[in-house]
Amino acid sequence: MAYSNKVIDHYENPRNVGSFDKDDASVATGMVGAPACGDVMKLQIKVNAEGIIEDAKFKTYGCGSAIASSSLVTEWVKGKSLAEAQQISNTDIAQELALPPVKIHCSILAEDAIKAAIADYKQKHGG
Amino acid sequence: MNYFQLFNLPAQFDLDLTELGSRYLQLQRRFHPDQHSAGSERDRLLAVQQTANINDAYHSLKQPLLRAEHLLALRGLKISHEQRSFNDPQFLMQQMELREQLADIAQSDDADAVIDSIERQLQQQKKQLLQQLATALDAGSAEQDQLAADLIRKLKFFFKLQQELELTEQQLQD
Repeated sequence: MAYSNKVIDHYENPRNVGSFDKDDASVATGMVGAPACGDVMKLQIKVNAEGIIEDAKFKTYGCGSAIASSSLVTEWVKGKSLAEAQQISNTDIAQELALPPVKIHCSILAEDAIKAAIADYKQKHGG
Repeated sequence: MNYFQLFNLPAQFDLDLTELGSRYLQLQRRFHPDQHSAGSERDRLLAVQQTANINDAYHSLKQPLLRAEHLLALRGLKISHEQRSFNDPQFLMQQMELREQLADIAQSDDADAVIDSIERQLQQQKKQLLQQLATALDAGSAEQDQLAADLIRKLKFFFKLQQELELTEQQLQD
């Protein structure tokens, strides 16, 4: 199976790899996994006082498509409000990266990761 | 298809693997296409199909995770091709930490000690989860079946970790 150029680009030059301190009040963490392939994905967002995502980081153990999907999402969410970031869907990700049908679950994982991070932020901030 | 029925074995997680092996050989002999070479075209095709089923069934029942999945599928809970994400933050955080330790092994002064430590945790937790899985599947209630499904999902991460561990060990040896 051939990866698209965009997948290869994100895989070879992943954006925003790393971690924030998860105990920082402005940081929220989304952890998700795909049992079928054993992929584990952590996506973190740093949210400012206006509710805008200032920065994002990820760490993914998985295939090229999973790494590319999470890398892409960290790029997309920067500068977005939580409500806007909530709108990101796996179909947008799969389309942008030209993922083949067998790799759609990687984009689902990335969507679930950002949603989990937003949920974590809301829980941390009582709402 | 009910794989347990095919081997005439009780549909349960705790399976006698020696018995499974000998029944597999018996069935294979009985349906081996060579035994049906004198038969009609239809008989030959059926024998080929049956041999394929027997092989699939054997491989599924032999492995504990596939056997557990098959058992749940027979009870109406299909999880083998599910696409939904797993989100148990605490469990995943632990997986992430183990994968990080494995990934950082090249920078470690004592790679063998790290591998031993991961291996120990892996085997211990796998054993624990498999025991819990056996208990849950034995209960045979819808609630326990859901719990069993979650235990299978967790075990899959450990099997993946094991693959990665073996790969790393090989690379270190090369």
